[in-house]
Amino acid sequence: MKSATFKVWRGDREAGDFQTYEVELEPGYVVLDAIHKIQAEQANDLACRWNCKAGKCGSCSAEINGSPRLMCMTRVEDVAGNGPITVEPMRTFPVIKDLVTDVSWNYEVKASIQKMTPREPDFEDGSWKMHQYDVERPQEFRKCIECFLCQNVCHVLRDHQMHGEFAGPRHFVFAAQAEMNPIDLTDRIPQLREELGIGYCNITKCCTKVCPESITITDNAIIPLKERVVDRSYDPLTKLVRRIFGRSDKG
Amino acid sequence: MRKDAWWIQPLFVFSVFTAFVVYSTWAAFQGAFYWHENLLSPFYSPEIWGASEHALWQRTGTPGWWPGFLPYSPAFLILWAPVSFRLTCYYYRGAYYKAYWPGPPSCSVGVPREAYIGERKFPLIVQNLHRYALPFALLLLVFLTIDAWNSFRFDAAGGGKEFGLSVGSFVLTLNVVFLSAYTFGCHSLRHLVGGGMDVLSGRPVRRKAYECVSCLNARHMAFAWTSLLWVAFSDIYVRLCAMDVWTNVRFF
Repeated sequence: MKSATFKVWRGDREAGDFQTYEVELEPGYVVLDAIHKIQAEQANDLACRWNCKAGKCGSCSAEINGSPRLMCMTRVEDVAGNGPITVEPMRTFPVIKDLVTDVSWNYEVKASIQKMTPREPDFEDGSWKMHQYDVERPQEFRKCIECFLCQNVCHVLRDHQMHGEFAGPRHFVFAAQAEMNPIDLTDRIPQLREELGIGYCNITKCCTKVCPESITITDNAIIPLKERVVDRSYDPLTKLVRRIFGRSDKG
Repeated sequence: MRKDAWWIQPLFVFSVFTAFVVYSTWAAFQGAFYWHENLLSPFYSPEIWGASEHALWQRTGTPGWWPGFLPYSPAFLILWAPVSFRLTCYYYRGAYYKAYWPGPPSCSVGVPREAYIGERKFPLIVQNLHRYALPFALLLLVFLTIDAWNSFRFDAAGGGKEFGLSVGSFVLTLNVVFLSAYTFGCHSLRHLVGGGMDVLSGRPVRRKAYECVSCLNARHMAFAWTSLLWVAFSDIYVRLCAMDVWTNVRFF
């Protein structure tokens, strides 16, 4: 492949449109390379957020041919079909300029999630004894690079714009990381049900499909949290058993 | 807008689900040709009240307590169990919301409506009781295992039973294997055996159970489809054998 046609969305919060660029390609080009080349040679004012170019910083999230992806991890040859390659900003968040969106809402939601309350330390130096087996489960969620592709693809946020009522997959992963921690004592089930709106998730698994870190978001974070909410809110038998035997999901 | 053929998957799900629902409803209403010698269709298992030798209460006609204005088939007494289990299954929910609702038809495609309540209010809040369908699905596996075992037992020439092997034995055994792989990979079961706890170390039985269920859970979609298609095929096989269209070939 020697060249490819890119249709890049240009604009701001008020208005915008696709503009066409022809890019000479070099072997191994990813979409971010092409965007940088457009920036360098054809449109110096093209705005694009990026940092590591290695799929680890989560900055260059965009929609390539309509699918949410990291530009730095998408090879041009993989998305080049018959027509031009479209590159546009994430639709779930307000555009700042061109491919850059304002994702600050995510940090506000994250700050609102109940923090961990560690149990009493096991040793005098203030450390805990934890089995690696129990730690591995929440450790999967620490792989998140906060690219917010999962937030972008989730239809509850993307299409229904329920930002005030639904936290989104990234924050359920964050909540699960704390909720499943073996030394955590915080009860965040009521918050998950009410403020974070986990019941709005209807398990389309789109978040899992777009995750560049291959976190099993739906099966390992959201559904287990939904089941814990069911324990507490919807299942009369479990509620009764817990009341009689005083069982807790902690410990 | 996505430029790939995103519509293939929801179309496939819609077509196969619809075909399955139409066929299984038709098969359940038949009330005939659901057993052949030592084979019993899984749509009719357990046959609680029916005419075949497989029935727990072998009777002809309709149970006295059955409302007279309703048609009767032994399948009606048990099909609610697998239907409710699959209808509330976490995998199927995501799949049929996309295929039928559609909400959304596929990822990043757009939803053709504005109002959305998710699974927070009636009717979809009922989906949260998936775990209550689980014991019945597990109980069905016991009966289907007995059916698979019976498919290896043939009438002996001098009376009694003898061990044998037929194509039907394979069909019903694979049926219970696929259904078990699907049922034991259930998300609610995964939660109940250990996923609901933060500490599993030091609890070897729970830990092993959680690992086993998690292993099957990772392939839940594959087993959901395999078991769905195979249970329909099992009914077709038994039905066509009972109608003398196919012959249940016996190897020994």
